[in-house]
Amino acid sequence: MFQHPRMTAREEPLAELLPPLTDHEALVEANRCLFCYDAPCTHACPTHIDVPRFIKKISTDNVIGSAATILDANLLGATCARVCPVQELCEGACVLGAEHKPIMIGRLQRFATDYVSARGIDIFKPGLHTGKNVAVVGAGPAGLSCAGELAKLGHRVTVFEKRPFPGGLSTYGIISLREPVPVSLAEVESIRRLGVEFRTGLALGQNLSFPDLQTEFDIVFLAVGLGATPALDIPGEEHIVDGLEYIEASKMDRSSLHIGRHVIVIGAGNTAVDCATVGRRLGAERVTIVYRRTADEMSAYPHEFEFAKAEGIEFRFLAQPTRVVATISGVAGLECASVSLGQSDGSGRPAPRPIPGSEFIIPADQIVKAIGQEKWLSSGSLQLATDRGFLRVNEEFETSLPGVYAGGDAIRAHGSCSTVMAVQDGKLAAAAIHRSLARNSDEEVAA
Amino acid sequence: MADLRIDFAGIRSPNPFWLASAPPSNSGAQVQKAFEAGWGGVVWKTIGAPVLNVSNRYGAWHYAGQRMLAINNVELISDRPIDVNLREIAEVKRNWPDRAVVVSAMVESKPDAWADIVRRIEDTGADAIELNYGCPHGMSERGMGSAVGQVPEYCEQITGWVKQAARIPIIVKLTPNITSIVSPARAALAANADALSLINTINSIVGVDLDNLEITPNIGGKGGHGGYAGPAVKPIALNMLSALGTDEIVSRSAVPISGMGGISNWKDAAEFLLLGAGSLQVCTAVMHYGFRIIEDLCDGLSRWMDSKGFRTVAEVTGRSLPRISEFKNFDLAFRAVARINPERCIKCNLCYVACNDTAHQCIDLIANDGSAVQPLSYGVRENGKASAVDSRPQPRVREEDCVGCRLCYNVCPVERCIEMVELPPCRPSTTWDQLSKSEPAVTEDWEAMKNYREEKGIHIH
Repeated sequence: MFQHPRMTAREEPLAELLPPLTDHEALVEANRCLFCYDAPCTHACPTHIDVPRFIKKISTDNVIGSAATILDANLLGATCARVCPVQELCEGACVLGAEHKPIMIGRLQRFATDYVSARGIDIFKPGLHTGKNVAVVGAGPAGLSCAGELAKLGHRVTVFEKRPFPGGLSTYGIISLREPVPVSLAEVESIRRLGVEFRTGLALGQNLSFPDLQTEFDIVFLAVGLGATPALDIPGEEHIVDGLEYIEASKMDRSSLHIGRHVIVIGAGNTAVDCATVGRRLGAERVTIVYRRTADEMSAYPHEFEFAKAEGIEFRFLAQPTRVVATISGVAGLECASVSLGQSDGSGRPAPRPIPGSEFIIPADQIVKAIGQEKWLSSGSLQLATDRGFLRVNEEFETSLPGVYAGGDAIRAHGSCSTVMAVQDGKLAAAAIHRSLARNSDEEVAA
Repeated sequence: MADLRIDFAGIRSPNPFWLASAPPSNSGAQVQKAFEAGWGGVVWKTIGAPVLNVSNRYGAWHYAGQRMLAINNVELISDRPIDVNLREIAEVKRNWPDRAVVVSAMVESKPDAWADIVRRIEDTGADAIELNYGCPHGMSERGMGSAVGQVPEYCEQITGWVKQAARIPIIVKLTPNITSIVSPARAALAANADALSLINTINSIVGVDLDNLEITPNIGGKGGHGGYAGPAVKPIALNMLSALGTDEIVSRSAVPISGMGGISNWKDAAEFLLLGAGSLQVCTAVMHYGFRIIEDLCDGLSRWMDSKGFRTVAEVTGRSLPRISEFKNFDLAFRAVARINPERCIKCNLCYVACNDTAHQCIDLIANDGSAVQPLSYGVRENGKASAVDSRPQPRVREEDCVGCRLCYNVCPVERCIEMVELPPCRPSTTWDQLSKSEPAVTEDWEAMKNYREEKGIHIH
């Protein structure tokens, strides 16, 4: 069993932000739901959880049935209840949002999924074994979702994960203020109890052979996510801390995490806000997010921007990092150039144009970069076709190699990456894989 | 300001609101407090035969997070010593001469027992006596309460004994646990009752505990039927009240009726008045929120009366009774259809599912391009707020197929979103009664009905 290396203390600055709903709060909120028909919240949810149904079940005191409704559509319902940008999805679509307050769908979902998790109730059972073996590479949301769904259908699934713990970004990359590590690991355990085998510390192309997987398994599902944070290509880059590593240390090994007095976070996505929150909550006096465009173009969700401001995080817009100012004693600041915004570039946003001679220095003793992730780099060596650097899959989530499927961030050539989208990929891919395996069985019988 | 004073069978009170005979009027201290809060009168909790009570007396029906939409009880009449009750009644009346003090009574069905209790109540200076013919539990097993109210002959006989003994007005309180409320009312009038009151509580079992399978409330491992009251019973009470008001004999007698059964706010109160009540009694709402609710009962009623130009409560009493009729007199040509206001609609689709699953299938979902679409027609990969909201179709009534059932209007959670619009009739006005006289075959034979419909252009899909 995977256990969190260190239990979270009560006064933990990164303790889960929202308290769980009490039974009474959940009941009152559930009763507020109108029980819409063909509800927009369900439409908006990438996994199409039947939201009114699970909420109605909370109101009728059928909380296990509620959790079953959620997990039937989304095996990682406990994670999604916490990390989903509900303002952009279910709650954003709630019919009560216009003139009232939308239903707290995320927190109700958490109430129901925590209820079964806390009581050790397993909603699903492993299916009768089909004799088919599937390898899942990557134990993040897409891999877990696919593995769990296939195990429910009776396929023998082995998940290969390069890190010591499964869970992917849920375990390593979402700050514990949003999702504590034990929640992610409990989900892993629920999938393990469906008969899924986890083999950690195995990285594809290093100590895990792709051809061996293809030989040993009927199907391979690649849920490998994205690669490392790209380089900024500025002088002094070696002094810059990787944002994902910064977050990972805050969750898994706090003692190894150094927090500066004045922290600069480069980038303006949700990960940048998370890094800034880590810095702020763990003791930095000032945290400044530096972004080369403006608040209008930042990729962080509007509610994340509001959250960051409430945390006391400062923003420096229209500033392009040009050089890390380092002295013998370490980082002293970040030199930036002022930027003017030009015509729309390939990303659909105005191109930032540094103004010559406008350089200025923001003092800082720690610089963190959170400027997205590179594509998964091994696709070429595996002879897999790509689309703008992402793995190319067909409607059935099958890659250019027969029997090799993929899902999650690794295939997200269009749209933005999110946990819930990855879960849906895993679920749909599992259904496609199941269809394919069933076809193969029929052919074997026919032969 | 409207004048809220009433004169009810000679009983005067500064407003029409009396505490009903129930736990809130159990003692002098409580009634004192209620009068301080502004209550116009009290019907003292029933005194009479000796009793012992049990624990876990009240059950309740809660629904969708709302507490106590109804209460159910197996409490008996007052278990306090009768002398104490009588002394406190006298004190209260002496201290509050302007308030109505009515005493509810219930004794064994013997003339002497009734004559005795009447005399003792009159000695307190109370304004009137209410005969409790209604309690459906406990006392009825001993031949009292609803055991009397359910048998018109007993009502008449006992009312007769009481009237012989009494000098103050006698109100007969009726039980709703009867097929026709009119029969016991007429019986009471035959014995010269001065007034009627209704409804007493309704036979009920409020629930079963799903953990231990015990009846709610659980009285030492047993449970049984109790009296049901509160907001949920109001429509039943209104029906029985109007049944009295529209009965020829009862209405001709002109005896006043004290209305009760689920009155929780001034709007309920106004409805009871409009259907014929001359005074109003309240219990469950007080048991839920305390005596303080009298303030808005009076304030709200008074403001509503002002807005409608009613100067006195008597002007309101029975105002809507002439509109009470029967199905056979309803205009079959009257036509109303539902119309959904897209400006106010939040697209919850509750009207759509109600109409299509359970009513008359005349609400469509209209997409942005104007076409009717099926529900749940988005793709498995479609998601996000924008997709869900922007593509969400608008429910719209196909008025030509709408029968005007009004279900959508009732389920719509948005105020003033669905409107029932009256449309000009498509055919001459007629009633079932007229039809059964002019064309009796139509009302008796499907073939004749078919021809009639074709002739009149009535199409039912």
